[in-house]
Amino acid sequence: MFSRLRNDFPILDTRVGESALSYLDSGATSQKPQCVIDTFTEYYSQRNAAVHRGAHSLAVMATDAFEAGREAVANLVGGSPEQVVWTKNATEALNVVALGIDRASHGFGGVAAQRFGLGPGDSIVVTEMEHHANLVPWQQLAQSTGATLRWIPVTDSGELDLSDLDTIVDDTTKVFAFTHVSNVLGTINPVDTLVARARNVGALVVLDACQSVPHMPVNFVDLDVDFAAFSAHKALGPTGLGTLWGKSELLNALPPVLTGGSMITTVTMEESQFMAAPQRFEAGTQPVAEVAAFTTAVNYLAEVGLDKIFDHERELGTVLLDGVAAIPGITVLGSSENRIGTVAFDVDGVHAHDVGQYLDSQGVAVRVGHHCAQPLHRRFGVTASTRASTYLYNNAEDCRRFLTALAEVRPFFGLQ
Amino acid sequence: MSTQMQQLYQQVILDHSRERVGDSDLLGDAVAGPHGSSHQVNPTCGDEIELETEINADGGLDVRWSGDGCSISMASASVLSELAADNNVAGMLDIEAKFHELMHSRGTLEGDEEILGDAAAFSGVSKFPARIKCALLSWVAFKDALNQAQTSLKE
Repeated sequence: MFSRLRNDFPILDTRVGESALSYLDSGATSQKPQCVIDTFTEYYSQRNAAVHRGAHSLAVMATDAFEAGREAVANLVGGSPEQVVWTKNATEALNVVALGIDRASHGFGGVAAQRFGLGPGDSIVVTEMEHHANLVPWQQLAQSTGATLRWIPVTDSGELDLSDLDTIVDDTTKVFAFTHVSNVLGTINPVDTLVARARNVGALVVLDACQSVPHMPVNFVDLDVDFAAFSAHKALGPTGLGTLWGKSELLNALPPVLTGGSMITTVTMEESQFMAAPQRFEAGTQPVAEVAAFTTAVNYLAEVGLDKIFDHERELGTVLLDGVAAIPGITVLGSSENRIGTVAFDVDGVHAHDVGQYLDSQGVAVRVGHHCAQPLHRRFGVTASTRASTYLYNNAEDCRRFLTALAEVRPFFGLQ
Repeated sequence: MSTQMQQLYQQVILDHSRERVGDSDLLGDAVAGPHGSSHQVNPTCGDEIELETEINADGGLDVRWSGDGCSISMASASVLSELAADNNVAGMLDIEAKFHELMHSRGTLEGDEEILGDAAAFSGVSKFPARIKCALLSWVAFKDALNQAQTSLKE
């Protein structure tokens, strides 16, 4: 099945100079199947109109397309359609939560929002392996409210060090935000253990699911998280669209940060009332075509099966991991058994940028740099790394070409 | 190996990235004469450099730097330091302007080796938009540091 579906992705036939393309940078952004690309044409040529306003037929069709997206996402990750909020990207989704809590801490949102209030003496807990998107907003929130920011450290094997979990997450902890899967190391974190601790102290759980939802079966209801964020573009969908998933009771109590049209019930010159979730977070014109395209992507993923995708990528990930570890002068970052098909590594004596440049000359696309996770790189004593990340369209040939090129890197730069 | 890769990673660049001129302990404010220092970071990759320069009594320049980055950025800092040892302030400002122009030429200019020395080898880098920042990192730091040194000279 996986060898056939590769043909659904036209970009994979692109030539890079004289080489075929092996795209191993899906952790940064995924490629799109033809059906997702076609949805844009189909939407703009047949269904385009303003959603949730206007009584004409096109408006009804556009609105249906927009709302069908929520249903598809809810089918994929659990919960009901009104628990699915559209945002610009996952970063915005996480900011909507952090800034919403900030507003609540400064008196916005009335009595219902008081449950989110933070102040001096409270703590926010993150981990050392967070993407900057799930770190910087919490730093800002701590600064704004006087709360303390704490973090769970990372072990040499690239897993969360939970030995002091009960002291780091304690009775002062009001928010516990962590990633499901590390975007650098590929480590899958024990969400159940972390959620259980959060429940013991009454902390809100915010899950960064950007690297899990596209690659493995995930159900936010079963995981019992309060909020979760992920992006469309990493899951075969378009850029410009993210998802904030939340428990309805919480979404309806959280003060919105973006206000204006389409999110209000009554507006007077003095004040305004807001709609219920999800609309209360969707001020202004929304990316409707992107939602339609993402719906196609989600249905595509569901049809292939996230369990099968996970197994396929684990197989490729094992080939990558073993292959990289076997090349002299290369250190893999993190060695967790619990992982997706992502491998980050350091090439002794060759900077990641130069590694990436050489691989590109051989048609192999990987990510180089700090991958928006500077603290994690600092933890491993490097400023940058090279990362190969798989997706459902990758095959053994991609792995072979990557490993062959990687073995040539140190010799090219004059190292043994 | 593709020709573009050979143009990018010319031997002189690879040599400078390994045997780095000017990569040494920084003196900070222990420097007596007019001096300046600058810390520059390439936020996309985390490459960084701390560079200090000092204007000597004879109008010559000392450049010292400490950095962490790719072969292009480190070689560029090394070449800069080598050039600074052979040129005065006016000469380095001229070279900086010409190097800047070369880096933004998208491969249309060939560096003048008479003026640019080993920095002429970076002409191939200008064809790789993602790497231009790497080549310019130390030069941005140098320009900033030199500006401070000149300001302190006037005071």
